[in-house]
Amino acid sequence: MSIEQREARQPWILLTPALTAVTLLLIVPLMFIVVYSFWLKSAVGADTPGFFLDNWQEALTDRFYRDILLNTLKISAITTIACAALGYPAAYFIARSKGNKVVLLVLLMLPFWISYIIRTMSWINILGVSGALNSALMWIGIINQPIQMLYNETTVILGLVHFLLPFMVLNIFVSLDGIDTNLEDAASSLGATRWQGFLQVTLPLSLPGLAAGGLLCFVLSAGTYITPVILGGPRDAMFANLVYEAIIGQLDWPLGSALSLLLLMVLGVLVLIYNRYLGMAQLAKGLG
Amino acid sequence: MDDTQRYERLRERFQNGDISRRNFFGLLGAAGAAYGLQMPFARQAFAQSDVSQVRFDGWGGVVSEAFRKFAFDPYTEATGITVIDGTFPGGDEYLALVRASQPGEYNIAHLSGVFDYARYHSFELNSELNLANIPNMANVMPALMNAFKSITPDSLSAAPYNYGTTGLAYNRKHISDEEMKEKGAKILIDETYKGKIGGWSDWRTRMWYAALQTGQDPNDIQDLDAAWDAVRKHRDVALKYWASGAELMSLMAEEEIYVTEGWSGRIHALQEQGHDIGYYDPPKSFGWQECLFVIKGSPMAACEELINFMLDKDTSIAVAEGQSYPPALDPTKVDLGEKIPKLPAFDATGTLSGLTFANPAYWNGNEAEWSKEFGRVQRGY
Repeated sequence: MSIEQREARQPWILLTPALTAVTLLLIVPLMFIVVYSFWLKSAVGADTPGFFLDNWQEALTDRFYRDILLNTLKISAITTIACAALGYPAAYFIARSKGNKVVLLVLLMLPFWISYIIRTMSWINILGVSGALNSALMWIGIINQPIQMLYNETTVILGLVHFLLPFMVLNIFVSLDGIDTNLEDAASSLGATRWQGFLQVTLPLSLPGLAAGGLLCFVLSAGTYITPVILGGPRDAMFANLVYEAIIGQLDWPLGSALSLLLLMVLGVLVLIYNRYLGMAQLAKGLG
Repeated sequence: MDDTQRYERLRERFQNGDISRRNFFGLLGAAGAAYGLQMPFARQAFAQSDVSQVRFDGWGGVVSEAFRKFAFDPYTEATGITVIDGTFPGGDEYLALVRASQPGEYNIAHLSGVFDYARYHSFELNSELNLANIPNMANVMPALMNAFKSITPDSLSAAPYNYGTTGLAYNRKHISDEEMKEKGAKILIDETYKGKIGGWSDWRTRMWYAALQTGQDPNDIQDLDAAWDAVRKHRDVALKYWASGAELMSLMAEEEIYVTEGWSGRIHALQEQGHDIGYYDPPKSFGWQECLFVIKGSPMAACEELINFMLDKDTSIAVAEGQSYPPALDPTKVDLGEKIPKLPAFDATGTLSGLTFANPAYWNGNEAEWSKEFGRVQRGY
């Protein structure tokens, strides 16, 4: 075997474990879900194998699923905007801080050391009727009766922002950290105010990071299940909750498979649009 | 010759120069790969003969604590067999897990309701107990046994273990005993307590209470539209659907809600903790029995031994007192002590004629339609 041939094979040899894992743990199970989505649920007993379009027809034409999907996308969009608004100043501060950047980044990563479920449940102790906020407000004398703050759409969004903010900050930080600060100085020397310099130089250059963070936050938010369960009221549900209810509550695995694939396709289209205009390389940088 | 001797012999051949380094490591790798491949299947194959552990899944919280303390630990001490103690938040979730598992992965489950017994049977997940290995079954109330025998007349897959009710739990600071008795199940759709009402996110319980709120027989709902309207009304006045016993207890203890339906044992546990919470079973309150169900593919002898151990009078009473649910033991045959007769839902006659149980054929027959409809109703449809 020539050196060229050996060098050509090396990347594939190195990639083999990863490709095997992705195939066995992602592609094959996904194929099972695709096959399952065409089966039919039996009223009692095992499901009926075959090629039936009933589940897809229901998932695509039923107003109930469409409405919950649109509501999921709405909640995800609000969450993403909130993360961007809160995350950009924090990322800017970390990127421009001198000396203690590592400490700040470690602090940013600290929440990941605690279970997502525990972090979500912590809001019950903060916003609950006998939680920290109500207790403090009553102690100060601002209110006489506890305010009902939990179990609504706002607390669901709050929980999601709490969970996803670090992803946004990290992506924007990576983008800002790569911008040459001399560019801002150059803008100032040409007569721009600091605000103008930020708007016309820094912000446009950091947009890829903002977009990568936005995509991550949106996709993770749209696929979430546990936050509405813990912090939502009776009506608050996202699309993943419907998948859960179909598979677990109703034991309707075929319909649950179709619903999960529908969500996957909607989010896949968003990723494709992102890739078309911004490319996946920026996302890899942010995740790295 | 065991594996250690095989390895030593191979190493000796390598050290003597009989085989090359490449062959030595190649054979070691092949042995490792073969061992790794056969282990998952061997575990299943050896399950019946060489049992060192049994998996038990239950409802968690105070119930699991009682099982662990009064049944599993003493059983392990007596037999050397470890009990792996798993928990689940609801029967539907657990059934989905069991359906996706390999035979033998899950062994004994603390299932609720005769309808669960029927569901497991319909999915062919049932086993066949050898009652000769469970002599303590003789002390179990016939009324509880007969419910299972009506589904599997020739054999049993489970031993009845305890029973209880899903009645009304209310905070006495805000709702008096008199008001509760007067309003009954309708208090869960009372606008007065809007935002302070809870409910279990379980379609059966929602429909059962909707039947009571509309004056219908829960085992024969004639006016379905009225029942679904009651479910909707409850949804609109409720703050939260709780999904587990722990969440129920937290919502009541923290006074996030003042009234909900609740499991008798969990509410009794709250009362024991000092919370001023009342419990009231309205007429035709939701009665249920729980069983120790042995799942197909389990090591039967070890499971039967554990069940017999758990049905022992002393163990059964200790667990019942710990989890606050009356045991399945017949009070006309076994002296249950002083504490158990004071537990909610306790039936001194041993006939359970005062409790209303879900008709498994009726509820399982409507499961597909009603569970799906509830999914929509709870989201505002």
